[in-house]
Amino acid sequence: MLWLFALIAGVLFGLFYGLAALGLNLIFGVMRLVDLAHGDLIMLGGFAAVLLFDHFRVNPLVTLLLVIPPSLAVGYATYYLLGKRLRGSDDPEMMSLVMFFGVSQVIEAIAVIAFGNNEAAIGSPVFGSRPISIAGQGVPTAWIISAGVGLAALGLLYGYLYHTGLGRATRAVMSNLDEARAVGVDPDRISALTFGLGVALAAVAGVLSIFMIGGTSPSEGVGLTVTAFAVIVIGALGSPLGTFAGGIVFGLALMFTQTYAPGWSGFAPFAILLLIMLVRPTGLLGRTVRSV
Amino acid sequence: MVSDGLLVLVPPIGFFIAQFFYNNQLLLLTMMLYVVLAQGINIIFGFTGYLPFGYVGFFGAGAYGTALSVIFLHVPAALAVLLGGVAGVLLGALLSPLLRLSGAYFAIASLAAAEALYYLISNPQVSAVTNGPYGVNLSSVYNSGAAYIAAVALVGLAGLCVVWVRRSHFGMSLRAIRADPLSARMAGVQVVRARTYAWLISSTLAGLAGAIYGWAVSVFYPEAVFDLSISVFAIVFALFGGVGTVLGPLLGTIVLFGVYNAIGISQPQYFQLIYGVLIVLIVLFLPNGLLSIRLRGRSRVK
Repeated sequence: MLWLFALIAGVLFGLFYGLAALGLNLIFGVMRLVDLAHGDLIMLGGFAAVLLFDHFRVNPLVTLLLVIPPSLAVGYATYYLLGKRLRGSDDPEMMSLVMFFGVSQVIEAIAVIAFGNNEAAIGSPVFGSRPISIAGQGVPTAWIISAGVGLAALGLLYGYLYHTGLGRATRAVMSNLDEARAVGVDPDRISALTFGLGVALAAVAGVLSIFMIGGTSPSEGVGLTVTAFAVIVIGALGSPLGTFAGGIVFGLALMFTQTYAPGWSGFAPFAILLLIMLVRPTGLLGRTVRSV
Repeated sequence: MVSDGLLVLVPPIGFFIAQFFYNNQLLLLTMMLYVVLAQGINIIFGFTGYLPFGYVGFFGAGAYGTALSVIFLHVPAALAVLLGGVAGVLLGALLSPLLRLSGAYFAIASLAAAEALYYLISNPQVSAVTNGPYGVNLSSVYNSGAAYIAAVALVGLAGLCVVWVRRSHFGMSLRAIRADPLSARMAGVQVVRARTYAWLISSTLAGLAGAIYGWAVSVFYPEAVFDLSISVFAIVFALFGGVGTVLGPLLGTIVLFGVYNAIGISQPQYFQLIYGVLIVLIVLFLPNGLLSIRLRGRSRVK
């Protein structure tokens, strides 16, 4: 049954896209910075997985954990270097859009110089070559693992945001910066931490992307950024659950069109995005904001 | 008035003369089209604060509008170009509901619109109309000299639009909207309508640019005219030179596009690196573009 596979694949891919977009969502929700380099960060995560596997036989699941500390550090530093200045400017959203585009160009260029233009992938089936059976459909093990990691990340993020002091401070900054400052929250420290989290989530998604997309290459970044944005915007900027909802909508749209109308598979997700934007301008789970 | 007239006339005259000094006409033509695109971004971003990442959609619409006019309606080239511009404004009108969205949402939604249009046009199943992914061939109306003149004229038109937007009552409304939409609304400014007009002017300019491009190169594929980097270049050129001014985008295009062609073609990744660093530095240190250096000293009523 074709549609059943499309459904399952759509949900699994959707969870992956949700994970890929989660970091972007956090960064925008807390700092209102538009991280256009996010897809490239995912790409770097993918390269990390491939290189560590090729040279040191490191299992990608281990790489998943290994990339987290350096990503946190890089994100933290990047906020203080680049993000903080933007925040004080007239139009942080637009300026960050442009600036992070510049950052993405830099990352892509360095990746091409370092790794060449070709696609990098993990050749051997690391998780075993037998597919897992769900409702009678054979699904690659890697997809299940990726979806599992995505759900775990969502759970951990919720735990962080709702059950820790730092998480509460983060939510405070997300909802109202001045009021958060007034109660003693240091917005810079929280923002830097959140940025680090965002980068770490991207890196983790990157490691998984090797299995979902089949490989990675320096030019993969742009497409991933666009997809991540589409997912967030479908869901709602600033809401983690919305990101996963958006991801699943996107994944289902992609899978169903690929199955039933392959020529339209590029068109459908964007058309859906536009429709949702026109009907609900703040996304599926967004709060309606009064505007002129 | 005189200085405005000069601002409008000097660039086209400059480009017209340039063709006799520099052999590569296609390069000059492309530069002119980027000037027009940058001015289009100038109008929509500099005066309303909306940044259409999918600006290239209008460019592609213009190119295909022209192509379809030639192939199916058999009109002469000049009319086809105008019809390309019409395609641009029609697309702008179709997408004008997007102006209800706020900043980042608008940017992404416009990007989605451009991508959707690209996938629609390059879909093999619509090959009967657009020749799908196989591109179009307009060699029947090829005329590089005339196309060059058309581009020169368009540069002048773009400058005129920017000057008009700056000096007119309409421009003042736009600036009011950009500063504080709520107060502007209370003062009686028709916010949505003003934004829509700026959007339509901007989309027409891009449509005409795409139309002339299609005419000039005469054979093109959908990837070429819906390439996202076209939007990005236009935005960066405009920001680098300085939005809200007449000469800013022109300056930005000449400098950055010139540099790109001088060193970028042979070593694309090194150029990409320098380009990226340059963009980051501009945003951090010169957010109002090059012209802001000149204007920094004296106080201006903006």
